[in-house]
Amino acid sequence: MEFTGRVWKFGKDIDTDAIIPARYMNTSVPEELAKHCMEDADPTFPQKVQNGDIIVADKNFGCGSSREHAPICIRAAGVSCVIAKSFARIFFRNAINIGLPIFECPEAVDGIREGDVIQVNADSGVIFNMTTGQTYTAKALDASMQEIIRNGGLMEYVKTRLSEAKA
Amino acid sequence: MGMTITEKILAAHAGKATVEPGELIRAKLDLVLANDVTAPVSIKELEKINLEQVFDKDKVVLVQDHFVPAKDIKSAEQSKVVRDFARKFDITNHFDVGEMGIEHCLLPEKGLVTPGDVVIGADSHTCTYGALGAFATGVGSTDLAAGIALGEAWFKVPESIKFEYDGKLPEDVTGKDLILHTIGDIGVDGALYQSMEFTGSAIDELSMDGRMTMANMAIEAGGKNGIIAADQKTIAYVEERTNKPYKVYQSDEDAKYNRVIKYDVEKLEPVVAFPHLPENTRPVSEAGHVELDQVVIGSCTNGRIEDLRVAAKIMQGKKVHKNVRCIIFPGTQAIVKQAMKEGLIEIFIDARCAVSTPTCGPCLGGHMGILAKGERSLATTNRNFVGRMGHPESEVYLCGPNVAAASAIAGRIVHPREVE
Ligand code: SF4
Repeated sequence: MEFTGRVWKFGKDIDTDAIIPARYMNTSVPEELAKHCMEDADPTFPQKVQNGDIIVADKNFGCGSSREHAPICIRAAGVSCVIAKSFARIFFRNAINIGLPIFECPEAVDGIREGDVIQVNADSGVIFNMTTGQTYTAKALDASMQEIIRNGGLMEYVKTRLSEAKA
Repeated sequence: MGMTITEKILAAHAGKATVEPGELIRAKLDLVLANDVTAPVSIKELEKINLEQVFDKDKVVLVQDHFVPAKDIKSAEQSKVVRDFARKFDITNHFDVGEMGIEHCLLPEKGLVTPGDVVIGADSHTCTYGALGAFATGVGSTDLAAGIALGEAWFKVPESIKFEYDGKLPEDVTGKDLILHTIGDIGVDGALYQSMEFTGSAIDELSMDGRMTMANMAIEAGGKNGIIAADQKTIAYVEERTNKPYKVYQSDEDAKYNRVIKYDVEKLEPVVAFPHLPENTRPVSEAGHVELDQVVIGSCTNGRIEDLRVAAKIMQGKKVHKNVRCIIFPGTQAIVKQAMKEGLIEIFIDARCAVSTPTCGPCLGGHMGILAKGERSLATTNRNFVGRMGHPESEVYLCGPNVAAASAIAGRIVHPREVE
């Protein structure tokens, strides 16, 4: 898996309320949630984000509640992956489970600027900044995590595994 | 480099020789648990993928405990979803009214958890089973659904913190006091994402019931799991209940810990956690004058036979204070039966307590003892968040069974020696 996209940068401790404010959680339809993605961190984000864009954030991204709506709305907004210095525990779990690729790489976060175009190889963890020519290496996602993400989330992955078992 | 007990169990279940903290693994599950509140959410996910069979009908455990016997129509409907699922998939371990108990009291008692197991449960206090030397942790609905279908879950291997409790436990200091003291010390996020390994001579001395109380509250410090290596006591407990093969793991001498925290238990006294966080602890002698409306003795933290014995010993021949409603809710049917046999139930009833059938009941503000605005309860449960037992302006104080029983008699929070 490889992703190429333009970077939007965010600071540290972006919590789940900033990612998707609770006031919009009267629905769980991904497209509806996407209309408010990151709204409380950057009100213009839902308008400017484009398919394939990449979020690069400081430490503890996704802290706060256990809502699965947070990674769901990021994915539905078209974001291809998120790179951060670190992720909060439940967000990390939920992101993998719903099929949003995430990478931890403090050097990349320090080196990449907003608007840079970067390429992320999920298998090797290599992040190439096409704008500056710099290369960073994130810890590659474990093969089993990649399989979950490639399948579009844990339940889709379960479906695939079950049908394989039957075949 | 050596490994901790948690790392060893996870490595074995991932088919690896070694694992390191931070590593992502896929582990085989020995047991998958859900209750009447959390199972319906996972069942909905499983219906979406047209599940044809569960990974192992003997290893999926469904316990009807939160709002059971059904407290209202909505809870009856929820329970029915679980009941229908259990029948459809012929689930061996579905515990319903008459057989049920509070899940974290019931599973160890039934011999369903053994040392070295990996257990996930859609309930945050699944960490209780760490007291048996198992790796057990709470998960969300999607994880649980996948666990039911595949018998696998993915984990990020946690770092471990080693807690050493040394010295001889003072007579009135219980497992509950050790864990409350620990949470008060490190805070409600003190072990975030980490494994809490409980060791030391005071832990060796604790009964299985006391150890379960400690592991139960690992989540209250943010821990991913709490764990106590199995010893002769654990083995005796398990072998009395099951013939299932199991494996005992110990941490290596040179295992790597994020921190080692030591406590001298001889200096401790019973602890009370004030509203509204389990970390707001004070020694009971510094509690001041706190009058009570209700005292609750029970839950997955302190609803076991030893807890009832401790409480009954204090209440024998005494009466609950006239301003206090004291509610006893034992963990399981077997515990109720044993308490009857030992005459504990009679002591409670003579002391003017209400004795409930096993249920989560007031612990989560469900039913059987909800607080009105401004009311105050002392409880042997594990959480005292805002509104946990009823009205958002009510208060919950946490303590062990001896402080709870003594305070029920006194009508205010007291040290157990005050009612002797
Ligand atoms: S007794 Fe309380 S903490 Fe334990 S499982 Fe029931 S609701 Fe949860």
